[in-house]
Amino acid sequence: MAVLIQSEDAVNRESDQRSTAEMSSTAALSTVSGLEVSSPRVIERVYRHRLPVRISHWLNVPFLLILIMSGLQIFNAHPALYWGDRSDRDRPLLSIRPVQTESGEIKGLTTVLGHQFDTTGVLGYSDGMKRAFPAWATIPSPKWLAMGRQWHLFFSWLFVINGLIFTAYALASRHVTRELLPSRTDWRSFGKSLRAHLFLKQSGSGHAKGYNVLQKITYTTILLIMAPLIVLTGLAMSPTIDTAVPWLLTVLGGRQAARTIHFITCFAFVGFILIHVIQVIATGFINNICSMVTGWFTVEGVKRRGQEFQV
Amino acid sequence: MIPQKQSMKRRQFLKGTVGAASVVVLSGCDSLTQSSWFPDILSKTESLTEAVQRAVTPREALAKEYGEADISTVFPANGNTNPGTEEYTEHVAQNFSGWMLEVVGLVKVPRSWSLAALKELPSRTQITRHDCVEGWSAIGKWTGVPIGDLMHHVEPLPNARYAVFHCADVDDEGIAYYESLAVADCYHPQTILAYELNEMPLDVPHGAPLRLRFERQLGYKQAKYVMKIELVESLSNIGGGKGGYWEDQGYEWYAGI
Repeated sequence: MAVLIQSEDAVNRESDQRSTAEMSSTAALSTVSGLEVSSPRVIERVYRHRLPVRISHWLNVPFLLILIMSGLQIFNAHPALYWGDRSDRDRPLLSIRPVQTESGEIKGLTTVLGHQFDTTGVLGYSDGMKRAFPAWATIPSPKWLAMGRQWHLFFSWLFVINGLIFTAYALASRHVTRELLPSRTDWRSFGKSLRAHLFLKQSGSGHAKGYNVLQKITYTTILLIMAPLIVLTGLAMSPTIDTAVPWLLTVLGGRQAARTIHFITCFAFVGFILIHVIQVIATGFINNICSMVTGWFTVEGVKRRGQEFQV
Repeated sequence: MIPQKQSMKRRQFLKGTVGAASVVVLSGCDSLTQSSWFPDILSKTESLTEAVQRAVTPREALAKEYGEADISTVFPANGNTNPGTEEYTEHVAQNFSGWMLEVVGLVKVPRSWSLAALKELPSRTQITRHDCVEGWSAIGKWTGVPIGDLMHHVEPLPNARYAVFHCADVDDEGIAYYESLAVADCYHPQTILAYELNEMPLDVPHGAPLRLRFERQLGYKQAKYVMKIELVESLSNIGGGKGGYWEDQGYEWYAGI
């Protein structure tokens, strides 16, 4: 099928200060389902992620993975969660343990708020070992609390330093106010964006030049709530820090509560990472990865006569 | 909508990616763990953590003290719960009447106290939280002698940097338990040698007759069955050289977190 190439003037109306946006001067007549569409396809390249953002993003990939997996190693040393300051072993909020059935079989039993689940094979008992989280999920893989702590405490410093540098940059460069905090217009598109995501439709927003409202809410939540919370609850488990900053435990609800919040926040990060990776794959894997590596994101839009550039 | 086939492919791709990533990360991390150099790099964090935590924590700041109502009904006894040696069993039989605490090493006046003599000294009682390195916490009421008072009696020499606590217990391989603190930390008001837990004489599982309480750090620093305090300049010639039984197993000497 013949594809007509025609020249197109720059259609980028966003003379934004970010103005690194660059138009490819070619637009092609696209073919959709074998039918020729008369509106030209416009390919626009947008400089979406600046270098410090990209560096801190990619550093966080190994940092978070190692922190989560070494954290599960530490959790395995006492696989139960409580509220308050004490761990009263008869009243855990969550516990993961192996139990021996009458037939002599060992099962993994996970108890959450009094509800029991058989989690044999993953939690409590896996690959013939009595352990809360399985070997494939912990660093190091065998049971080794001292080494798990070494990994965890080393990478928590790197995570915090990376986070502080990113936050300082994001504030100074106004990345937070310009690109992360949802604007009034963003909030207006909340319902539309939510519907599009829930029904897994391409609203087009995934290909937009900036973040859509759900992305903004998510990233803001990570930066302003989840990251500080995981660091503070981690610090609150330190008896020395509790001495230096006594109000921290009062606010968090006690040392065991801090440990529980730390665990829940960790799994909020796991949930975020899973959805994030799925979204990256679903909305153009190569383009997304390229944009996070080089900064340049390709936006495809359709230019109709007399209309605004649409994405 | 994404066509069925494509979504299947994506799912497989995702599964494959996550699986491969996990294998790469794990085997990579495990071989780093086994290497001779990487754990050394990891452990560099300890001095950074210590420097920062000491800088933000006032010297005399007290660990939180709780009320009677907060005391744990069961205070778990972890680690060694009975030294079981012939000598120790004899002490138990005699209710520790012959137990002596020696304070020796880099001090002007080496001294020893019987358990009864220690109990004559001014005592301190504190209801504090014990945070085990495993993750659990228990609250108990401890009574004992502030170690700072003992230091005033023995007068540490200027080159004494560490107080090493020698214990009466040995592990399955015959390695003796010991622990150490910076001499400066011995003067913290809550650093005591406890002889009572919850108003009862300390029992064998919890470290009878004397147990270190060093409230601002983790549970493994709270040495049980203490029989000798030795002041030294360097830890390298004692035990495995890392400053404690648990430290020799890879746990940090600075146990503030």
